[in-house]
Amino acid sequence: MASDGGVSCLRRSEMMSVGIGGIDSPPLDVDEVHVLAVDDSLVDRIVIERLLRITSCKVTAVDSGWRALEFLGIDNEKASAELDRLKVDLIITDYCMPGMTGYELLKKIKESSSFRQVPVVIMSSENVITRIDRCLEEGAEDFLLKPVKLADVKRLRNYLARDVKHSNGNKRKLPKDSPPLTLSPDSSDSSPPRSTLSPDSSDSSPPPSTLSPDSSDSSSPPLSPVEIFSSPLLSPLDDEVDDVLTSSPESTPSLVRRQKMRSPGLD
Amino acid sequence: MELVQMQKSLQDYTKSLFLDGVLDSQFLQLQQLQDESNPDFVSQVVTLFFQDSDRILNDLSLSLDQQVVDFKKVDPHVHQLKGSSSSIGAQRVKNACVVFRSFCEQQNVEGCHRCLQQVKKEYYLVKNRLETLFKLEQQIVASGGMIPAMELGF
Repeated sequence: MASDGGVSCLRRSEMMSVGIGGIDSPPLDVDEVHVLAVDDSLVDRIVIERLLRITSCKVTAVDSGWRALEFLGIDNEKASAELDRLKVDLIITDYCMPGMTGYELLKKIKESSSFRQVPVVIMSSENVITRIDRCLEEGAEDFLLKPVKLADVKRLRNYLARDVKHSNGNKRKLPKDSPPLTLSPDSSDSSPPRSTLSPDSSDSSPPPSTLSPDSSDSSSPPLSPVEIFSSPLLSPLDDEVDDVLTSSPESTPSLVRRQKMRSPGLD
Repeated sequence: MELVQMQKSLQDYTKSLFLDGVLDSQFLQLQQLQDESNPDFVSQVVTLFFQDSDRILNDLSLSLDQQVVDFKKVDPHVHQLKGSSSSIGAQRVKNACVVFRSFCEQQNVEGCHRCLQQVKKEYYLVKNRLETLFKLEQQIVASGGMIPAMELGF
Protein backbone atom coordinates (compact mmCIF):
# COMPACT_ATOMS: atom_id res chain seq x y z
CA MET A 1 0.00 0.00 0.00
CA ALA A 2 1.28 3.43 -0.79
CA SER A 3 2.40 5.68 1.98
CA ASP A 4 -0.19 8.27 2.71
CA GLY A 5 1.83 11.05 4.28
CA GLY A 6 0.83 10.08 7.78
CA VAL A 7 2.80 8.67 10.63
CA SER A 8 0.68 5.59 11.23
CA CYS A 9 1.27 2.76 8.87
CA LEU A 10 -2.31 2.47 7.76
CA ARG A 11 -4.93 5.07 7.18
CA ARG A 12 -7.50 5.04 9.93
CA SER A 13 -10.22 3.82 7.55
CA GLU A 14 -7.99 0.99 6.37
CA MET A 15 -7.25 -0.08 9.89
CA MET A 16 -10.92 0.07 10.80
CA SER A 17 -11.87 -2.11 7.86
CA VAL A 18 -9.03 -4.47 8.46
CA GLY A 19 -9.65 -4.28 12.17
CA ILE A 20 -6.10 -4.83 13.18
CA GLY A 21 -5.31 -4.03 16.76
CA GLY A 22 -6.19 -0.81 18.48
CA ILE A 23 -5.40 2.51 16.92
CA ASP A 24 -6.12 4.54 19.98
CA SER A 25 -3.59 7.14 20.97
CA PRO A 26 -4.09 8.09 24.58
CA PRO A 27 -1.44 10.34 26.10
CA LEU A 28 1.76 8.40 26.51
CA ASP A 29 2.10 6.81 29.89
CA VAL A 30 5.48 7.64 31.41
CA ASP A 31 5.96 4.06 32.48
CA GLU A 32 5.00 2.52 29.19
CA VAL A 33 7.69 1.64 26.73
CA HIS A 34 7.24 3.47 23.45
CA VAL A 35 8.80 1.98 20.37
CA LEU A 36 9.21 3.58 16.99
CA ALA A 37 9.18 0.89 14.31
CA VAL A 38 10.44 1.66 10.81
CA ASP A 39 9.84 -0.69 7.88
CA ASP A 40 8.86 -0.08 4.28
CA SER A 41 7.06 -3.43 4.07
CA LEU A 42 3.44 -3.26 5.16
CA VAL A 43 3.28 -6.92 6.13
CA ASP A 44 6.39 -6.55 8.27
CA ARG A 45 5.09 -3.39 9.90
CA ILE A 46 1.89 -5.14 10.92
CA VAL A 47 3.78 -8.08 12.33
CA ILE A 48 6.38 -6.06 14.22
CA GLU A 49 3.68 -3.80 15.57
CA ARG A 50 1.74 -6.78 16.86
CA LEU A 51 4.86 -8.36 18.30
CA LEU A 52 5.60 -5.17 20.19
CA ARG A 53 2.05 -4.59 21.37
CA ILE A 54 1.74 -8.11 22.64
CA THR A 55 4.81 -7.42 24.78
CA SER A 56 3.09 -4.33 26.20
CA CYS A 57 4.83 -1.68 24.17
CA LYS A 58 3.25 1.39 22.71
CA VAL A 59 4.08 1.42 19.04
CA THR A 60 4.38 4.03 16.36
CA ALA A 61 5.04 2.44 12.98
CA VAL A 62 6.30 4.41 10.00
CA ASP A 63 7.21 3.34 6.52
CA SER A 64 10.48 5.16 5.93
CA GLY A 65 13.55 6.66 7.53
CA TRP A 66 12.38 10.13 6.51
CA ARG A 67 9.09 9.67 8.30
CA ALA A 68 10.95 8.42 11.33
CA LEU A 69 13.09 11.56 11.40
CA GLU A 70 9.97 13.63 10.85
CA PHE A 71 8.24 11.95 13.77
CA LEU A 72 11.23 12.45 16.02
CA GLY A 73 11.61 16.03 14.89
CA ILE A 74 15.21 15.44 13.86
CA ASP A 75 14.80 16.53 10.26
CA ASN A 76 14.33 20.13 11.28
CA GLU A 77 16.81 21.73 13.57
CA LYS A 78 14.36 23.58 15.79
CA ALA A 79 13.65 21.93 19.12
CA SER A 80 10.33 20.22 18.95
CA ALA A 81 7.75 21.40 21.45
CA GLU A 82 6.41 17.89 21.35
CA LEU A 83 9.73 16.45 22.46
CA ASP A 84 8.62 15.69 25.98
CA ARG A 85 5.60 13.83 24.82
CA LEU A 86 7.49 11.70 22.37
CA LYS A 87 9.58 9.68 24.84
CA VAL A 88 10.80 7.14 22.38
CA ASP A 89 12.41 4.31 24.29
CA LEU A 90 13.49 2.18 21.40
CA ILE A 91 13.79 2.53 17.67
CA ILE A 92 13.62 -0.64 15.64
CA THR A 93 14.28 -0.32 11.95
CA ASP A 94 14.60 -2.45 8.87
CA TYR A 95 17.97 -2.23 7.15
CA CYS A 96 16.99 -2.44 3.48
CA MET A 97 14.65 0.39 2.69
CA PRO A 98 14.37 2.53 -0.43
CA GLY A 99 15.55 6.11 0.00
CA MET A 100 17.16 6.01 3.40
CA THR A 101 18.52 2.70 4.65
CA GLY A 102 18.26 1.66 8.27
CA TYR A 103 21.98 2.24 8.57
CA GLU A 104 21.63 5.84 7.38
CA LEU A 105 18.76 6.35 9.78
CA LEU A 106 20.88 4.93 12.57
CA LYS A 107 23.65 7.41 11.80
CA LYS A 108 21.26 10.34 11.79
CA ILE A 109 19.80 9.28 15.13
CA LYS A 110 23.25 8.94 16.65
CA GLU A 111 24.14 12.41 15.35
CA SER A 112 21.11 13.89 17.08
CA SER A 113 21.69 15.30 20.54
CA SER A 114 18.12 14.57 21.55
CA PHE A 115 17.93 10.99 20.42
CA ARG A 116 21.43 9.56 20.27
CA GLN A 117 20.87 7.79 23.55
CA VAL A 118 17.80 5.97 22.35
CA PRO A 119 18.71 2.37 21.60
CA VAL A 120 18.40 1.48 17.94
CA VAL A 121 17.87 -2.07 16.78
CA ILE A 122 18.39 -3.07 13.17
CA MET A 123 16.38 -5.81 11.46
CA SER A 124 17.47 -7.50 8.30
CA SER A 125 16.55 -10.56 6.30
CA GLU A 126 20.16 -10.85 5.21
CA ASN A 127 22.76 -12.30 7.50
CA VAL A 128 25.73 -10.31 6.27
CA ILE A 129 28.54 -10.12 8.78
CA THR A 130 30.02 -6.88 7.51
CA ARG A 131 26.59 -5.31 7.62
CA ILE A 132 26.03 -6.42 11.19
CA ASP A 133 29.47 -5.16 12.19
CA ARG A 134 28.94 -1.82 10.53
CA CYS A 135 25.65 -1.27 12.33
CA LEU A 136 26.98 -2.29 15.70
CA GLU A 137 30.03 -0.07 15.21
CA GLU A 138 27.76 2.83 14.39
CA GLY A 139 26.04 2.29 17.73
CA ALA A 140 23.18 -0.07 17.08
CA GLU A 141 22.24 -1.98 20.18
CA ASP A 142 21.26 -5.18 18.48
CA PHE A 143 20.74 -6.77 15.13
CA LEU A 144 17.74 -9.01 14.57
CA LEU A 145 17.54 -11.46 11.73
CA LYS A 146 14.19 -11.45 9.97
CA PRO A 147 11.68 -12.91 10.21
CA VAL A 148 11.49 -11.50 13.72
CA LYS A 149 10.15 -13.85 16.35
CA LEU A 150 8.30 -13.26 19.57
CA ALA A 151 11.32 -14.41 21.56
CA ASP A 152 13.47 -11.72 19.90
CA VAL A 153 11.04 -8.98 20.86
CA LYS A 154 10.58 -10.30 24.38
CA ARG A 155 14.32 -10.18 24.84
CA LEU A 156 14.41 -6.54 23.78
CA ARG A 157 11.47 -5.78 26.00
CA ASN A 158 13.05 -7.32 29.07
CA TYR A 159 16.14 -5.26 28.57
CA LEU A 160 14.19 -2.03 28.16
CA ALA A 161 11.96 -2.66 31.17
CA ARG A 162 14.98 -3.12 33.36
CA ASP A 163 16.59 0.02 32.00
CA VAL A 164 13.49 2.20 32.23
CA LYS A 165 12.84 1.14 35.79
CA HIS A 166 16.25 2.31 36.90
CA SER A 167 16.26 5.56 35.02
CA ASN A 168 15.35 8.80 36.70
CA GLY A 169 13.00 11.37 35.28
CA ASN A 170 12.51 11.34 31.57
CA LYS A 171 15.95 10.17 30.64
CA ARG A 172 16.00 6.80 28.98
CA LYS A 173 19.70 6.30 29.08
CA LEU A 174 21.52 3.11 28.37
CA PRO A 175 24.50 2.16 30.48
CA LYS A 176 27.51 3.74 28.77
CA ASP A 177 29.28 0.46 28.37
CA SER A 178 27.06 -2.48 27.74
CA PRO A 179 28.63 -5.70 28.94
CA PRO A 180 30.41 -7.66 26.23
CA LEU A 181 28.53 -10.46 24.60
CA THR A 182 28.43 -13.68 26.53
CA LEU A 183 29.07 -16.37 24.00
CA SER A 184 27.22 -19.63 24.38
CA PRO A 185 29.31 -22.78 24.76
CA ASP A 186 28.61 -23.71 21.17
CA SER A 187 30.10 -20.52 19.80
CA SER A 188 33.56 -20.24 18.48
CA ASP A 189 35.97 -18.18 20.52
CA SER A 190 37.27 -16.37 17.49
CA SER A 191 34.07 -14.39 17.23
CA PRO A 192 34.68 -10.85 18.41
CA PRO A 193 32.74 -9.81 21.48
CA ARG A 194 30.17 -7.22 20.70
CA SER A 195 27.81 -5.09 22.67
CA THR A 196 24.33 -6.41 22.57
CA LEU A 197 21.21 -6.51 24.64
CA SER A 198 21.87 -9.23 27.15
CA PRO A 199 18.85 -11.03 28.51
CA ASP A 200 17.85 -10.79 32.13
CA SER A 201 18.96 -13.68 34.21
CA SER A 202 15.32 -14.51 34.67
CA ASP A 203 14.73 -14.57 30.95
CA SER A 204 14.45 -18.08 29.67
CA SER A 205 15.66 -17.13 26.20
CA PRO A 206 19.20 -18.14 25.40
CA PRO A 207 21.91 -15.57 24.62
CA PRO A 208 21.12 -13.85 21.37
CA SER A 209 24.17 -14.94 19.52
CA THR A 210 24.63 -18.54 18.66
CA LEU A 211 26.54 -20.20 15.91
CA SER A 212 24.80 -23.51 15.96
CA PRO A 213 21.50 -24.36 14.36
CA ASP A 214 18.32 -23.64 16.18
CA SER A 215 18.42 -26.77 18.24
CA SER A 216 21.45 -25.77 20.27
CA ASP A 217 19.48 -24.77 23.33
CA SER A 218 19.20 -27.76 25.62
CA SER A 219 16.04 -26.45 27.17
CA SER A 220 14.09 -26.43 23.93
CA PRO A 221 12.10 -29.43 22.79
CA PRO A 222 13.67 -31.89 20.34
CA LEU A 223 13.79 -30.63 16.80
CA SER A 224 10.41 -31.13 15.23
CA PRO A 225 9.86 -31.45 11.48
CA VAL A 226 8.64 -27.87 11.58
CA GLU A 227 11.96 -26.67 12.86
CA ILE A 228 13.85 -28.83 10.45
CA PHE A 229 12.06 -27.06 7.61
CA SER A 230 13.09 -23.69 8.91
CA SER A 231 16.53 -24.67 10.10
CA PRO A 232 19.70 -23.19 8.64
CA LEU A 233 19.96 -26.37 6.56
CA LEU A 234 17.54 -24.79 4.16
CA SER A 235 18.83 -21.29 4.32
CA PRO A 236 22.55 -21.41 3.49
CA LEU A 237 21.68 -20.74 -0.13
CA ASP A 238 19.78 -17.70 1.02
CA ASP A 239 22.65 -16.42 3.10
CA GLU A 240 25.26 -16.93 0.46
CA VAL A 241 23.23 -15.50 -2.34
CA ASP A 242 22.43 -12.51 -0.23
CA ASP A 243 26.03 -11.66 0.36
CA VAL A 244 25.72 -9.56 -2.76
CA LEU A 245 26.40 -6.34 -0.94
CA THR A 246 29.84 -7.35 0.20
CA SER A 247 32.61 -8.41 -2.05
CA SER A 248 35.59 -8.53 0.25
CA PRO A 249 37.03 -11.91 1.14
CA GLU A 250 36.24 -11.46 4.80
CA SER A 251 32.61 -11.50 3.97
CA THR A 252 32.80 -15.10 2.84
CA PRO A 253 30.27 -16.72 5.11
CA SER A 254 32.57 -18.97 7.04
CA LEU A 255 30.73 -20.89 9.71
CA VAL A 256 32.99 -19.49 12.40
CA ARG A 257 31.94 -15.88 11.96
CA ARG A 258 28.34 -16.49 11.13
CA GLN A 259 26.20 -15.18 13.91
CA LYS A 260 22.47 -15.27 13.91
CA MET A 261 20.73 -13.29 16.60
CA ARG A 262 18.03 -15.83 16.73
CA SER A 263 16.38 -17.67 19.55
CA PRO A 264 15.68 -21.29 18.71
CA GLY A 265 12.17 -22.42 18.15
CA LEU A 266 9.20 -20.64 19.52
CA ASP A 267 8.95 -18.88 22.77
CA MET B 1 -19.52 -33.12 9.96
CA GLU B 2 -19.02 -33.26 13.67
CA LEU B 3 -17.05 -30.52 15.34
CA VAL B 4 -14.37 -32.89 16.57
CA GLN B 5 -13.94 -34.25 13.06
CA MET B 6 -13.63 -30.73 11.65
CA GLN B 7 -11.02 -29.84 14.22
CA LYS B 8 -9.09 -33.01 13.42
CA SER B 9 -9.30 -32.23 9.70
CA LEU B 10 -7.93 -28.76 10.33
CA GLN B 11 -5.05 -30.08 12.37
CA ASP B 12 -4.20 -32.73 9.78
CA TYR B 13 -4.44 -30.20 7.00
CA THR B 14 -2.22 -27.72 8.79
CA LYS B 15 0.32 -30.43 9.59
CA SER B 16 0.46 -31.44 5.94
CA LEU B 17 1.34 -27.88 4.97
CA PHE B 18 4.31 -27.95 7.32
CA LEU B 19 5.42 -31.40 6.28
CA ASP B 20 5.26 -30.38 2.62
CA GLY B 21 7.36 -27.34 3.37
CA VAL B 22 4.67 -24.97 2.15
CA LEU B 23 4.68 -23.28 5.54
CA ASP B 24 7.49 -22.95 8.05
CA SER B 25 7.63 -22.13 11.76
CA GLN B 26 7.16 -18.43 11.13
CA PHE B 27 3.50 -19.21 10.43
CA LEU B 28 3.29 -20.68 13.92
CA GLN B 29 4.80 -17.44 15.22
CA LEU B 30 1.92 -15.55 13.63
CA GLN B 31 -0.58 -17.90 15.23
CA GLN B 32 0.97 -17.15 18.59
CA LEU B 33 0.13 -13.49 18.02
CA GLN B 34 -3.55 -14.29 17.65
CA ASP B 35 -5.76 -14.17 20.72
CA GLU B 36 -9.20 -13.08 21.89
CA SER B 37 -8.31 -9.43 21.39
CA ASN B 38 -7.04 -10.14 17.87
CA PRO B 39 -8.94 -13.24 16.79
CA ASP B 40 -8.37 -12.77 13.07
CA PHE B 41 -4.81 -11.59 13.13
CA VAL B 42 -3.37 -14.38 11.00
CA SER B 43 -5.95 -14.19 8.25
CA GLN B 44 -5.67 -10.41 8.19
CA VAL B 45 -1.90 -10.42 7.80
CA VAL B 46 -2.10 -13.16 5.21
CA THR B 47 -4.75 -11.20 3.29
CA LEU B 48 -2.43 -8.19 3.23
CA PHE B 49 0.32 -10.48 2.02
CA PHE B 50 -1.92 -11.69 -0.82
CA GLN B 51 -2.77 -8.12 -1.84
CA ASP B 52 0.85 -7.07 -1.69
CA SER B 53 2.03 -10.12 -3.61
CA ASP B 54 -0.56 -9.82 -6.34
CA ARG B 55 0.70 -6.32 -6.97
CA ILE B 56 4.35 -7.34 -6.91
CA LEU B 57 3.84 -10.28 -9.25
CA ASN B 58 2.01 -8.01 -11.64
CA ASP B 59 4.84 -5.47 -11.56
CA LEU B 60 7.37 -8.26 -12.09
CA SER B 61 5.54 -9.58 -15.12
CA LEU B 62 5.49 -6.11 -16.62
CA SER B 63 9.15 -5.47 -15.86
CA LEU B 64 10.29 -8.75 -17.36
CA ASP B 65 8.22 -8.21 -20.48
CA GLN B 66 10.08 -5.05 -21.36
CA GLN B 67 12.33 -5.00 -24.43
CA VAL B 68 15.24 -4.19 -22.19
CA VAL B 69 14.83 -5.60 -18.71
CA ASP B 70 15.82 -3.20 -15.97
CA PHE B 71 17.16 -5.48 -13.25
CA LYS B 72 17.45 -2.54 -10.91
CA LYS B 73 13.68 -2.54 -10.91
CA VAL B 74 13.19 -6.30 -10.87
CA ASP B 75 15.43 -7.14 -7.94
CA PRO B 76 13.80 -4.87 -5.33
CA HIS B 77 10.41 -6.39 -6.15
CA VAL B 78 11.75 -9.89 -5.64
CA HIS B 79 13.49 -8.79 -2.46
CA GLN B 80 10.20 -7.40 -1.18
CA LEU B 81 8.31 -10.56 -2.00
CA LYS B 82 11.01 -12.65 -0.41
CA GLY B 83 10.72 -10.58 2.75
CA SER B 84 6.98 -10.66 3.07
CA SER B 85 6.69 -14.36 2.24
CA SER B 86 9.35 -15.04 4.86
CA SER B 87 7.43 -12.97 7.41
CA ILE B 88 4.31 -15.05 7.08
CA GLY B 89 6.06 -18.38 6.78
CA ALA B 90 5.45 -19.04 3.08
CA GLN B 91 8.66 -21.01 2.85
CA ARG B 92 8.49 -22.25 -0.72
CA VAL B 93 7.69 -18.81 -2.06
CA LYS B 94 10.60 -17.40 -0.13
CA ASN B 95 12.98 -20.06 -1.44
CA ALA B 96 11.81 -19.48 -5.00
CA CYS B 97 12.53 -15.77 -4.53
CA VAL B 98 16.05 -16.56 -3.37
CA VAL B 99 16.74 -18.42 -6.61
CA PHE B 100 15.10 -15.61 -8.55
CA ARG B 101 17.43 -13.05 -7.03
CA SER B 102 20.51 -14.99 -8.07
CA PHE B 103 19.32 -14.90 -11.68
CA CYS B 104 18.69 -11.17 -11.33
CA GLU B 105 22.22 -10.77 -10.13
CA GLN B 106 23.44 -12.59 -13.22
CA GLN B 107 21.12 -10.46 -15.33
CA ASN B 108 19.82 -13.65 -16.85
CA VAL B 109 16.51 -12.76 -18.49
CA GLU B 110 15.57 -16.30 -19.46
CA GLY B 111 16.38 -17.54 -15.98
CA CYS B 112 14.32 -14.76 -14.46
CA HIS B 113 11.33 -15.64 -16.57
CA ARG B 114 11.54 -19.24 -15.38
CA CYS B 115 11.92 -18.07 -11.80
CA LEU B 116 8.89 -15.85 -12.06
CA GLN B 117 6.86 -18.83 -13.20
CA GLN B 118 8.16 -20.86 -10.29
CA VAL B 119 7.42 -18.09 -7.80
CA LYS B 120 3.92 -17.73 -9.18
CA LYS B 121 3.38 -21.46 -8.95
CA GLU B 122 4.44 -21.58 -5.32
CA TYR B 123 2.50 -18.44 -4.52
CA TYR B 124 -0.77 -19.73 -5.93
CA LEU B 125 -0.20 -22.98 -4.12
CA VAL B 126 0.22 -21.37 -0.71
CA LYS B 127 -2.61 -18.98 -1.41
CA ASN B 128 -4.89 -21.84 -2.25
CA ARG B 129 -3.84 -23.86 0.80
CA LEU B 130 -4.20 -20.97 3.21
CA GLU B 131 -7.60 -20.02 1.84
CA THR B 132 -8.68 -23.60 2.44
CA LEU B 133 -7.24 -23.48 5.93
CA PHE B 134 -9.10 -20.30 6.79
CA LYS B 135 -12.33 -21.80 5.44
CA LEU B 136 -11.89 -24.81 7.70
CA GLU B 137 -11.34 -22.47 10.63
CA GLN B 138 -14.44 -20.49 9.77
CA GLN B 139 -16.52 -23.66 9.62
CA ILE B 140 -15.32 -24.62 13.07
CA VAL B 141 -16.05 -21.22 14.53
CA ALA B 142 -19.46 -21.14 12.83
CA SER B 143 -20.27 -24.44 14.48
CA GLY B 144 -19.50 -22.92 17.83
CA GLY B 145 -16.11 -24.58 18.21
CA MET B 146 -12.64 -23.33 18.99
CA ILE B 147 -9.66 -23.53 16.70
CA PRO B 148 -7.35 -26.16 18.19
CA ALA B 149 -3.88 -24.94 19.04
CA MET B 150 -1.15 -26.35 16.85
CA GLU B 151 0.85 -29.10 18.46
CA LEU B 152 4.52 -29.03 17.68
CA GLY B 153 5.22 -32.65 18.33
CA PHE B 154 4.59 -34.01 14.85
